[in-house]
Amino acid sequence: MTASSAPATTMPRAATAERTRARRPRRNWGNLSLVSPFLVFYVLFLVGPLVYDVVLSFFNTSLVKGGLGSFAGFGNYTELFRDHQFWSAMWHTILFTLVSTPPLVILPLFFAIVVNRIKRGQWFFRLAFFLPYILPSAAIALVWLFIYEPGYGLIAGFFNLIGVGDPGWLSDPNVALYSIVIVTVWWTIGFNFVLYLAGLQDINPDLYEAAGLDGASQWQQTWRITIPMLGRTTTLVTVLQVIASLKIFDQIYLILQGGPNYSSRPAIEWIYDTAFTSQRVGYASAASFILFIVILIVSFIWLALVRRQESGV
Amino acid sequence: MAVSASRPRTAGRRDRGSTRRRQRASLFTRATTGVVIALALLWLFPIAWALDTSVKSENDTIIVPATWAISHFTFSAYSGVFSASDLGRWYLNSAIVSIVVTVLTVITASMAGYALSRRQFRFKGLVYAAILAGIMIPPQALIVPLFREFQSVHLINTYWALILPQVPAPIAVFIFKKFFDGVPITLEQAAEVDGANWWVSYRRIALPLARPAIAAVSIFTFVWTWNNFLWPFLAATSQTMMTIPAGLGTVTDGVGIINALQMAEAVLGSLPLVFVFLLAQRQIVEGVAGTGLK
Repeated sequence: MTASSAPATTMPRAATAERTRARRPRRNWGNLSLVSPFLVFYVLFLVGPLVYDVVLSFFNTSLVKGGLGSFAGFGNYTELFRDHQFWSAMWHTILFTLVSTPPLVILPLFFAIVVNRIKRGQWFFRLAFFLPYILPSAAIALVWLFIYEPGYGLIAGFFNLIGVGDPGWLSDPNVALYSIVIVTVWWTIGFNFVLYLAGLQDINPDLYEAAGLDGASQWQQTWRITIPMLGRTTTLVTVLQVIASLKIFDQIYLILQGGPNYSSRPAIEWIYDTAFTSQRVGYASAASFILFIVILIVSFIWLALVRRQESGV
Repeated sequence: MAVSASRPRTAGRRDRGSTRRRQRASLFTRATTGVVIALALLWLFPIAWALDTSVKSENDTIIVPATWAISHFTFSAYSGVFSASDLGRWYLNSAIVSIVVTVLTVITASMAGYALSRRQFRFKGLVYAAILAGIMIPPQALIVPLFREFQSVHLINTYWALILPQVPAPIAVFIFKKFFDGVPITLEQAAEVDGANWWVSYRRIALPLARPAIAAVSIFTFVWTWNNFLWPFLAATSQTMMTIPAGLGTVTDGVGIINALQMAEAVLGSLPLVFVFLLAQRQIVEGVAGTGLK
């Protein structure tokens, strides 16, 4: 009840008076029916599955049998907490996030600042950096599998040329995850790059003019004006990147199949294997819920950071 | 909305005092520009390499060390893809799924965004809060219950399963709401004085104004849906129901030398998106810039 009246009270009274008069006779189901088509999809395929996931996590549900199966209580969760394979998969996801986020936040920032200053041919940079982002992960995987090939691959050829051996891009368990980070940086940098370019448009050019008149060098202007003024964009890019990285699956599954020897298997692939290979739907649902909670916590932390940033300015 | 659409082009970012700065800029600017140009070229390498390999003969693809030289130019890998896989069918599936999802998303999200921006109704605050919270629900973490849901109604391996779960995108509602918040309300007021009802206000007045938001949401929804791998990979259990990404994934494990074939496959699988990108490059960039994603 209180929630429904809140938006009306926050609007300036004078401005809304006329609107409400025109609308009041029709304050009926019509307005709700504008929202309901979306809500149907939202409930059936987003919130519904989430609730269903929680329910399943308390049962020993099997993929091949109908119904929920026997009640498990917190059995799935207690088993999960002792499951090394699950936690190592969670660790791979977190490690991937920790390693992939810094380059995907800093590199596009650098690219955008430099490209924004170039007068002609900006389309070329947008093409080069953004084009990979719109390609399907499966195509990316095919291309990079071939590039990393230890014998006739493009990178092996280059490494041989400069006299360095192949580090085992995809075969060494200590290297494989970083090879995927390289692929991911190449593939997804364009989105962050475009976000930064957009952020740069909002910086008042007078600031640079004033700084230029005061004798600030290009480097100082970048460091003292551009980067601080992009603070909000940087926060947004970081949030979106962390959340995207926590959902890592495609590249690792398609290029490494989680290998070598499960050394790179991320959380979502563990969930996939558990549900669809081991057929333990209930157990996999419990793991899904834990991953969901982790992503939610990260989202809230960043949301709080954004709030503070905005109220601080 | 005209403002947000044209902003990236008209913004006076090209500093008025540029001549002064330029004189001082020199080394720092030139060095960084050089580095970024080099990296931009490097960024194109994998794509160029895939294109290069795709028109080689298979024997040329296993030369050590790798070479860009093409001793025998041939399109045989491309024709090979069509005979070795159901690529034509996957194109059709991807097109059907992406287009239907995009249309349904734009319709439902624009209606909801409009209502949340303009209308009063019961539980409005609650509905908006729920939708905002939905942005944080990662669909990838819901594959298991979602699969179970479709399994229980025997719709796995149908278009229903491929399309329906991809429609609810709370972020799209958010984008539309933000957009309508920025549009002056006077036109609708005038229409409502003339007796227009909620549907007419939405369909005849608000929607035509929302073209930039529709363009942005459409393009992103199309690209994301076309590229979605995990869900179609699970929901399509037969070759004939697969989308391009799910299908390409199944051909990675082949026998014999199929490097050129796989590169041709990657190129063909990417082609429609490259096309969309080249056509809509400006809308994509402005979409990110002007729709409140910031």
